[in-house]
Amino acid sequence: MITLTDVAKSYNSEVSIGPVNLQLPAGGITALVGPNGAGKSTLLTMIGRLLGVDRGAIEVGGLDVSTTKSKDLAKIVSILRQENHYVTRLTVRQLVGFGRFPYSKGRLTLLDEEIISRYIDFLDLGGLEDRYLDQLSGGQRQRAYVAMVLCQETDYVLLDEPLNNLDMRHSVQMMQHLHQAARELGRTIIIVLHDINFACHYADRICAVKDGQIAEFGTPEEIMSDDLLSRVFETPVQCINGPRGRLACFY
Amino acid sequence: MTPPRAAVSTTATRPEHRFKGRLFDWKLLLGVVGVAGLLMLSLTTGVYDVFGAGDGGQMFAITRIPRTIALVLAGAAMAMSGLVMQLLTQNRFVEPTTTGTTEWAGLGLLTVMIIFPTASIIGRMTGAVIAAFIGTMVFFLFLRRVSLRSSLIVPIVGIMLGAVVGSISTFIALQTDTLQNLGVWFAGSFTSVLRGQYELLWIVALIAVAVFLVADRLTVAGLGEDVATNVGLNYNRIMLLGTGLIAVATGVVTVVVGNLPFLGLIVPNIVSMFRGDDLRSNLPWVCLLGIAIVTVCDLIARTIIMPFEVPVSVILGIVGAVVFIFLLLRQRRRA
Repeated sequence: MITLTDVAKSYNSEVSIGPVNLQLPAGGITALVGPNGAGKSTLLTMIGRLLGVDRGAIEVGGLDVSTTKSKDLAKIVSILRQENHYVTRLTVRQLVGFGRFPYSKGRLTLLDEEIISRYIDFLDLGGLEDRYLDQLSGGQRQRAYVAMVLCQETDYVLLDEPLNNLDMRHSVQMMQHLHQAARELGRTIIIVLHDINFACHYADRICAVKDGQIAEFGTPEEIMSDDLLSRVFETPVQCINGPRGRLACFY
Repeated sequence: MTPPRAAVSTTATRPEHRFKGRLFDWKLLLGVVGVAGLLMLSLTTGVYDVFGAGDGGQMFAITRIPRTIALVLAGAAMAMSGLVMQLLTQNRFVEPTTTGTTEWAGLGLLTVMIIFPTASIIGRMTGAVIAAFIGTMVFFLFLRRVSLRSSLIVPIVGIMLGAVVGSISTFIALQTDTLQNLGVWFAGSFTSVLRGQYELLWIVALIAVAVFLVADRLTVAGLGEDVATNVGLNYNRIMLLGTGLIAVATGVVTVVVGNLPFLGLIVPNIVSMFRGDDLRSNLPWVCLLGIAIVTVCDLIARTIIMPFEVPVSVILGIVGAVVFIFLLLRQRRRA
């Protein structure tokens, strides 16, 4: 479980967070949605202890993120930020291998190598593992990054807009991989998403963030209502029943 | 945690080659042999006939052997410093001479020489190392402040910083009538490397061991603060450690040999082009290539106007500038 108690942060003049009180249960996928500048990414970054809080406390799996040693947290929670540009020329396998850093400090054991292979295969990167990251397409690279954080084998996985810059096919594949990771590997995945329909279809819970506050929190069925979405996103939204569940129409 | 079902079966059929590349292979051996050949050439090159003259053996021990050892240590040190610096700044175009580190080391050296004219070489070295550390930290802190990620702005800022510090050194030198000495120190040259004056360079060998030990941490730091923190690494601590290693290596080389421009820039880039950036297995290659380039340049410097010599930094500057421009153009094409 992830618990935020009275968390506040003034990030810059546009974004100020809180006070936020929130409990995200373990298991499944929780999607953070909301308009630009609502503070979704800031919240996620704070949970992943990459950004300190001004006030309040955040606990992940019972550990306070501001007082627990970073190297211990690295075995509990992993986070992938939105912008990932590495100057370092690494192969896919080397990158994924860094997910084992909290355990082996870089001296990969045979067991580590097996685990790395497992996650490379899990994200269908088997044929690409010896390629350099700069030789991959955007979708492949994004999969490699996700493989790295999954390879960290943390109970909690935080992903900031992993569908950014992915086309339709790759977006769907990515969400299926994450869904599988949540189901088969028992991970708790918190993900910032822009597309409410992706959130509705793949997430178990949706948390709508607006103006630095939690506007709504519930199951996709509860969130997918005309009034609620129109209010949160400040644009007219109509929810209809599609062939595979509810769909938000806002075009 | 339950492993994904599909994965387990495929892992079993995978060949061993999936595992990380080995450190030593026949290619590295070939490289070692090649560099050894260059070093033999360096040992036998010179005006004095060490094999014919009566005191040849003595001369060989006093000048040729120290000079060749110095080439090895200084070449490896500067190439390695460049590599570490490029990782820490996440920028391919930085190295101790494009970030002002060398200039700071020079300023430190000069300051010690003026305040304590009788300072031993260890005292001078300490001054240079401390100044190099401060200077590199100033540069890194500046980078964090302005969070410049543009690959070309960063070295330009560094070169500007270096120019300012260099001017201060020149000013101080003018005031104290040591301008000529300053010129001699800064022009990197192995001419004056004699027995009894170069042994400090062995510190560099320790630095190489240290870099090898923290190689993985440095590589993780090279992926940025977020990734480093995510895997539980103390980013600031590794930055300090890396800066310290660079400062010591650069400081020692500056005091004993002088300024060796571009070496730290071109060597890691060339190695990265062929081998990617796995620091630990690259380190022997970076050292070898650094030694090879500095040795070739020194051989040219020694023979081009025989029986006189030009400072090796002149040759390095020309070679380095050409490779630098090539790298720039190549990056433009890829971007």
